[in-house]
Amino acid sequence: MRKFILASVFLLASPILLANEATPIADDPVVEQRLIAISEEMRCLVCQNESLAGSRADLAQDLRQEIRGLIRQGKTDDEIRAFMVERYGDFVLYRPPVKPITWLLWIGPFIILLGGILALLLYVRRRGDMTKKILLSDVENERIDDLLREDK
Amino acid sequence: MKAKFIIPLILFAILVAFLIAGLNHDPHEVPSPLINKPAPIFKVSQLGNPSAFFSPEEMKGQVWILNVWASWCVACREEHPVLVEMSKLKMAPLIGLDYKDKRSEAMAMLESRGNPYTLSAFDADGRVGIDYGVYGVPETYIIDKAGIIRFKQIGPITPEVLEKTIDPLIAQLNKD
Repeated sequence: MRKFILASVFLLASPILLANEATPIADDPVVEQRLIAISEEMRCLVCQNESLAGSRADLAQDLRQEIRGLIRQGKTDDEIRAFMVERYGDFVLYRPPVKPITWLLWIGPFIILLGGILALLLYVRRRGDMTKKILLSDVENERIDDLLREDK
Repeated sequence: MKAKFIIPLILFAILVAFLIAGLNHDPHEVPSPLINKPAPIFKVSQLGNPSAFFSPEEMKGQVWILNVWASWCVACREEHPVLVEMSKLKMAPLIGLDYKDKRSEAMAMLESRGNPYTLSAFDADGRVGIDYGVYGVPETYIIDKAGIIRFKQIGPITPEVLEKTIDPLIAQLNKD
């Protein structure tokens, strides 16, 4: 009988234990809030199109645990970002920092936009020149008037 | 009139050049920021002997290779014969880092497929892997006499990489 009770206690307890293991997280909502804010801005290197916050990859779980640890140690967000960049490079950040190697990345679109505006201006101006060239002489204008009159 | 044809052609050629470059570029190979930086320090137990430890500081003064592997990693099995071959060449000490593995399974793999490692360090929870920026086993680091990481191979070492990159690099580092 005692064995039966023990067994049933274990059986009843097991789903609770499992549930606990799946969310070892919820113990500190402040830490979790910061973890999500930081890791949403980071790339999971295993599944590169997923954020570190959303990835179920093994490494992403380890890294989230690592970040949790750093938050508890009182590290600032910048320090945590630096920790990740030191190990995995700028590639982990979804927002690349502005530095010489990324200048083209940041400024490139504006250069292309400027080029487009320039090309458009040149085109409009040239078309303006072309319309001037088909100004008609007085004789031609009179002929047009004649032709229009004939129609009536 | 001529420019009308030439300008789009040039733009198209530039686009094609970018696309070709993109084809030859594996997005999974992220350049490591650890190149030319000191190898992170760690101290973990050895795979074969849990009471003995390994730390990179023991390797100061010689060029050595750190190979991150695991028995659960399929690409490592593919790489294994190359490592066994490499260990026969005795280019440099080959230290394994058994990453997030079970001791018994790792030992079994070395027993059945041969053990190329001088020794293997045992990284049970993957913390050493995080410090080394490991994101896909196998990964291999070449570390010089001063303890600086000089090269990182992401993914299996192929005979070609061994011959064309690793061998000349180790020879050169040994000379320095």
